[in-house]
Amino acid sequence: MNFDDTPQEAEFRAKARAWIDANAPKQYEEELRKASLGRVQLKGANILEVAKAWQKKKADAGWAVPHWPKDYGGRGATPIERVIWQQEEGVYGKLGALFIIGQGMCGPTMMAFASEDQKRYYLPPLASGENIWCQLFSEPAGGSDVAGLRTRAEKDGDDWIINGQKIWTSGAHYSDYGILITRTDPTVPKHKGLTMFFLDMRSKGVEIKPIKQANGNSDFNEVYFTDVRIPDSQRLGAVGDGWNVSLTTLMNERMSIGANVATGFPELFEYCNSLMLDGGPAIEDRAVRSKLANWAVRASGLKYTSFRAISALSKGERPGPENSIGKLVAGSMIQDVAMYALDLQGAGGVLSGPEDAEAAGKFQAMLLRSPATRVEGGTDEILRNIIAERVLGLPGDIRVDKDVPFNQIPTRGRA
Amino acid sequence: MNFDFSDDQKQLRDQARRFLAEKCPPKAVRAVLEGKADYDRDLWKGLAEMGFLGVAIPEEYGGTGAGHLELCVIAEELGRALAPVPFSSTVYLAAEVLLLAGSEEQKQKWLPKISSGEAIGTLALFEGTGNPSPQAIKVAAANGTLTGTKKPVADGAIADFAIVAARSGNSGRETDISLFLVDLKAGGVDAKPLQNVDPSRQQAELTFAGAKAEPLGAANEGWSILSRVMDRAAVLIAFEQVGGADRALEMGRDYALDRIAFGRPIGSFQAVKHILADMYVSATLARSNCYYGAWALSTDAGELPEAAAAARISATQAFQHCSKQNIQVHGGMGFTWEFDCHLYYRRSNALALALGSQSYWEDQLIDRMRKKNAA
Ligand SMILES: Cc1cc2nc3c(=O)[nH]c(=O)nc-3n(C[C@H](O)[C@H](O)[C@H](O)COP(=O)(O)OP(=O)(O)OC[C@H]3O[C@@H](n4cnc5c(N)ncnc54)[C@H](O)[C@@H]3O)c2cc1C
Repeated sequence: MNFDDTPQEAEFRAKARAWIDANAPKQYEEELRKASLGRVQLKGANILEVAKAWQKKKADAGWAVPHWPKDYGGRGATPIERVIWQQEEGVYGKLGALFIIGQGMCGPTMMAFASEDQKRYYLPPLASGENIWCQLFSEPAGGSDVAGLRTRAEKDGDDWIINGQKIWTSGAHYSDYGILITRTDPTVPKHKGLTMFFLDMRSKGVEIKPIKQANGNSDFNEVYFTDVRIPDSQRLGAVGDGWNVSLTTLMNERMSIGANVATGFPELFEYCNSLMLDGGPAIEDRAVRSKLANWAVRASGLKYTSFRAISALSKGERPGPENSIGKLVAGSMIQDVAMYALDLQGAGGVLSGPEDAEAAGKFQAMLLRSPATRVEGGTDEILRNIIAERVLGLPGDIRVDKDVPFNQIPTRGRA
Repeated sequence: MNFDFSDDQKQLRDQARRFLAEKCPPKAVRAVLEGKADYDRDLWKGLAEMGFLGVAIPEEYGGTGAGHLELCVIAEELGRALAPVPFSSTVYLAAEVLLLAGSEEQKQKWLPKISSGEAIGTLALFEGTGNPSPQAIKVAAANGTLTGTKKPVADGAIADFAIVAARSGNSGRETDISLFLVDLKAGGVDAKPLQNVDPSRQQAELTFAGAKAEPLGAANEGWSILSRVMDRAAVLIAFEQVGGADRALEMGRDYALDRIAFGRPIGSFQAVKHILADMYVSATLARSNCYYGAWALSTDAGELPEAAAAARISATQAFQHCSKQNIQVHGGMGFTWEFDCHLYYRRSNALALALGSQSYWEDQLIDRMRKKNAA
């Protein structure tokens, strides 16, 4: 058990730190520090441009997606070096939010299933932020039940013709490419008739409509496909094997979001150190301390759980379903933390603008964004199922649609 | 960074687990619980023979000198097996105080006896309800003797010696407290076993009526020594708690796979699966906090006070959560004397109060985080 850097790790850290110190966009540091879940805004600057510029700068110096192989735009860093980089990048890491889906999920899927030429062509600009990718999985008929999707792909010569609709697609409106799962055979049970592709989001027949979210932002979209053509060369994995391909994506999703979900704790702790209540500083109040302590150990527990996962990874073990706990714990925690911060603010807690609200409204922004954390990338319930079935070995849920051809599965609950 | 036990340490864990599976089945825990013995003497002897009692005691004092990470590994296994022996009082507390603050003569006299299982030691700190604080200590030291009453004292009635926190001044400050070593077999001390929620581990009242006491550590430094020892012991007890939590989770899982209701194993019902998934979550968070605590303990890092409090809180939560939900998963069977669920439930609640309550450690954690934040 050793918590300290090895000499090589210390050297890597020093290099990363020096480079960040010399190159980071420091003019945004303060705003990024204040930015909270669901609200990264930079005054007088376009966040997309700032984010892309930072990513490009990192790429030119070899710091973009450090754990990717050199040939694909990375620097072949070890899992631990990846964490060191994230620690050193600190608040500037928040600028990377736009690239998480592409680099965290689409990239690894491409690495596992695309041809060598495709990897060399598509991955470096994904690493450098020049291209943004999105993940076209969920549909109105299939979210938790991804395999219940209905978007059709039909073979036409060397192409596939796509018709259907995706929903909740984060970043589709500024994405250049996407990975897409479709149904190629509706006459077999649902998991067997799926096929995965990647496509250019500007292909003819792709229509993107923003969805206004509960928190007022519009980060996700509906995406419609009308006779969209995808060449067979952009198929990932075998025809009918899309479910397996998607499992690679989802496993990487848990790894890349799992370790990094915001808990809200550092913000709350800092706030309680400055907040004055009737009886004195909040941090001296017995009830406040008890709440803080309980969240503190959840936050540290998550942090060290991810360190354990990384130690296992660096010994060559594969990231397993146990990584589901990161988002499961952090999701409900950040929601509770936000509610508690508002409670501490009393009547004034109802105000939410950056000007009028306490702590620049960061807890109000958290409150309104946090419900999504518990849904996106697998709901709390699905994550519990994964832990129960795949970690603890309990029986799978009874699946009434298991052996039924897809086109015979009922589509509504109450007839 | 390497955030895991080494292969040797994992081997030690397997060895300890095998040993305890054989020497400490639930039947052995029940024998003590039901009052057939005040602790398991055979097991105690066995632990000494395996070298487990002296695993963190240097060789010059009769130990194996392996270290504190090894002691964490063993603590977890003792917690899993609910070992009904005075291990924590003797090894985490008495031996640690001696190592930290004892004179050469005291170390030479007691540590080899601890390693070999000849002497049971304990720490007499509490005086009734309430949390650890210098103000709460009334037992008075004067002219090399002690007067007053301590309770609860873990393993107080079976211990050979006690380290006693006593009042040596009246300034109202921490420096009023000094530590003393009392040979409990030398007279002047009345030891009375008390009923407690977990009779598989004994609690007692010790009444000192002019008992002879030798100073341990510098005069008036008692509280600062105690604070350090409590942090160290907090990590070790947290490992016992994690061991217990894991075992309770395993019991719940196994039962859920076996028990059929409505024509299916109850483990196929989502409500039950989710109970077990949440047990896994709390046990995992606790384990991770404990690993950090283990690292801090073994290197005596500056982070130890904060790491110890976090491990302690997290492990207390996990063990209480898992042991209570284990009963729930077992249904009516879970509430029978016959089933072992209540053994874990009892132990989890007793350990939750060892070394100060959950709210005490919450206070400690926030104080320490606040200091770090201000620094
Ligand atoms: C902010 C945000 C961003 C997103 N971004 C993307 C994206 O970029 N790409 C993409 O493809 N998708 C995206 N999603 C979609 C997301 O993956 C789905 O919303 C999620 O998987 C849940 O599916 P659903 O919305 O259809 O809910 P449903 O599956 O209809 O779930 C409704 C409720 O039923 C419960 N439930 C469903 N099945 C079970 C079961 N078997 N056991 C117990 N409970 C169950 C759920 O837990 C939930 O409480 C995003 C969602 C959000 C909120």
